Amino acid sequence: MTTELEDGPILTADDKPLSVALRKALFRQKMRALMLIAPLLLFVLITFVWPIIGMLFRSVDNSVVPETLPKTVAAMESWSPTGPTDTPPEAVYAAFAADMQVAADERTHTVVGGRLNYETPGIASKFRQLGREVKGWDLENDGPFKEKLIAEDEAWGELFIWETIKTYSGGYTTGYYASSVDRRLTSEGVVARDADEAIYLRLFWRTILMSLIITCMCALLGYPIAWMLSNTLDRYANLLLILVLLPFWTSLLVRTSAWKVLLQEQGVINSTLESIGIIDSPLPLMYNQFGTIVAMTHILLPFMILPMYSVMKTIPPSYLRAAKSLGANDITAFRRVYFPQSVPGIGAGAILTFILSIGYYITPEIVGGSTGIFISNRIAYNISSTLNWGLAAALGGMLLIMVMVLYWIYDRVVGIDNVKLG
Amino acid sequence: MVTETSMTDSSAYVAFDGVQKSYDGKTLVVKDLNLKIEKGEFVTMLGPSGSGKTTCLMMLAGFETATHGQILLDGVSINNIPPHKRGIGMVFQNYALFPHMTVGENLSFPLEVRGMDKSTRQDKVQRALDMVRMGEFGSRRPAQLSGGQQQRIAVARALVFDAELVLMDEPLGALDKQLREEMQYEIKRIHENLGVTVVYVTHDQSEALTMSDRIAVFDDGRIQQLAGPSELYEKPETSFVAQFIGENNKFTGRVEELVGDVAHVSVGDTTIKALAVNCGGKGDLSQLSIRPERVTIGELGDNVVDAKVCELIYLGDHIRCRLDVLGNDEFVVKVPNASNQKVPEVGGETSISWSTQDCRALDHAEVAA
Repeated sequence: MTTELEDGPILTADDKPLSVALRKALFRQKMRALMLIAPLLLFVLITFVWPIIGMLFRSVDNSVVPETLPKTVAAMESWSPTGPTDTPPEAVYAAFAADMQVAADERTHTVVGGRLNYETPGIASKFRQLGREVKGWDLENDGPFKEKLIAEDEAWGELFIWETIKTYSGGYTTGYYASSVDRRLTSEGVVARDADEAIYLRLFWRTILMSLIITCMCALLGYPIAWMLSNTLDRYANLLLILVLLPFWTSLLVRTSAWKVLLQEQGVINSTLESIGIIDSPLPLMYNQFGTIVAMTHILLPFMILPMYSVMKTIPPSYLRAAKSLGANDITAFRRVYFPQSVPGIGAGAILTFILSIGYYITPEIVGGSTGIFISNRIAYNISSTLNWGLAAALGGMLLIMVMVLYWIYDRVVGIDNVKLG
Repeated sequence: MVTETSMTDSSAYVAFDGVQKSYDGKTLVVKDLNLKIEKGEFVTMLGPSGSGKTTCLMMLAGFETATHGQILLDGVSINNIPPHKRGIGMVFQNYALFPHMTVGENLSFPLEVRGMDKSTRQDKVQRALDMVRMGEFGSRRPAQLSGGQQQRIAVARALVFDAELVLMDEPLGALDKQLREEMQYEIKRIHENLGVTVVYVTHDQSEALTMSDRIAVFDDGRIQQLAGPSELYEKPETSFVAQFIGENNKFTGRVEELVGDVAHVSVGDTTIKALAVNCGGKGDLSQLSIRPERVTIGELGDNVVDAKVCELIYLGDHIRCRLDVLGNDEFVVKVPNASNQKVPEVGGETSISWSTQDCRALDHAEVAA
């Protein structure tokens, strides 16, 4: 029995509010549903979400500097250079020597040197040298350390090391992000890097542009196939679908390597063209943008075809017939009636293909050469070769932001409600 | 079976002349179709599914090509004219309203592709919407309309470009019964007001009987009978038509002799006199067909036979009696619920009778009832 008070919540028979009772009743149901997805949720959290958060944290993390050089950072707070020869006062040098002695004992001086070296190349070796010397110093009596350090290496008497330490003295830094867009943090603010160091913006731009080209190619090539798939008899459609899906069952590496066989200088295409006399010297078909576009278009084509197919499958052929019976010729009927209804499929395919291709790594790595590589190849380079994980994380973060911005633009232009996967 | 032979008559608005259609090159879906439709007529193609009626409509619309024969529209062969140049309006089974356009845009579409200017288009669209009493709905999307409303819009779209011939392919199939009846009258009204020629395809006989001037009953790729509703019901020419249209009692027997237009047909030990319509000659098998409402309880007519009452169903205005007559226990008689009417009892014996004119001796064919 429910009892209704004059102006209060509806109560259950034992005078508890109905809403509370309902929530309680539903709670167990919800928990049971949650239990079912718990393994997947945990798996995703541990293997996907946590690493991403970790990497994003790493892209701003600078704790190594204030932790290794705490006294120096404190002493530097009151110092800021007023001219190109205005080196820090003796107190800073003394604090630095003290920090370095501790760091050398703990062998962390090379770590901080390496960190600062990303920003100002050459610093790492100075830290390594100083680390060896500083162990024997008596911090009480060996001063003044300014002269002592300069005597070790003249570089310590120059401004750039100290400026770098000062700029990167905080626990968090935007320096990696500045680097990821070819900028550099200095004591005067953010400045552009030299032209020979500026590679990332160009690479981002190239990645977007080539991804767009690949997406367009996939759409152009995939549309007729998707149309054919959705308009043939079922048994033929199934066969065609298997052919479309066939690449999925082959290793990505194998497919890319197959393209290498086809496209390389003495590859199938070049030697065929040469043997029938169309060209005299081999065409540069790979280790450039062309190779990347061709191979990636082939690899990503199914991702474009499948969403388009699933949308086209839902468009009844009677619409085209209706359009024709109303007096539209084939082209008008397609353009005005069929195509607009297939747009959600193109949208879904395009967004899928574009997002996949913008972060693609293996194919550009194998067939891209130096002009056909993507930003992800550079991220991998920073992770495995220069070990600058902070920069790699910042580049990844930039990529993530970019995809989100593009997604937002896409939503504004096309409308995400217009995207259907089936 | 009716085959009209004088196809040279040019007065027909639509004419099928010896049309055949095969999809696989082995079987004919449409076998030797001859049909003439006058201007302003409402002709229904009625038949079970697979009888070839929709194929005929699609050939007329231009979506299927005839394997053999000619289709003439206003005296001109349209075999080689693509559908968009035929100027035939069409209402599809599931309406096929374009979901990405508003109702107004849907109606405006055929006018746009004909290059009409905007104000003309607006006028015509509004007039067409008013015609189907949907004047306020121009800015809605088809998905926001009910089935019946979509139906009206589909009709309006087929008519908005002043098509003189409108084809309808089971247009009311997706509607519920009440709405279907309402739309039948609506379509009939529009047909009468505009004087357009309508070719209508359905498998629903009551729909066909309600709306049509003439009905072509299709079976097995042929027109079994082409006639007006009352003639079709009362004077079926083949056993298929008798069986397909309305309720029908049937006997199978052998023709004993033909006396004028009366056939003496032996069913078991009994000889029944029937109107010889399509029964072949002496010694041939024939199917006798009698409508339930033409049979009376008692010994009044030319043919009197004994019957055993199997079942009575009270239906208010009449009582439906299922009888066992001459070995056929599906024999149905409709007994009017009148004060002086004697109603038999279940399990009892009675006599029933009918007039010779009401019993038609037709061809013998195994028809799946």
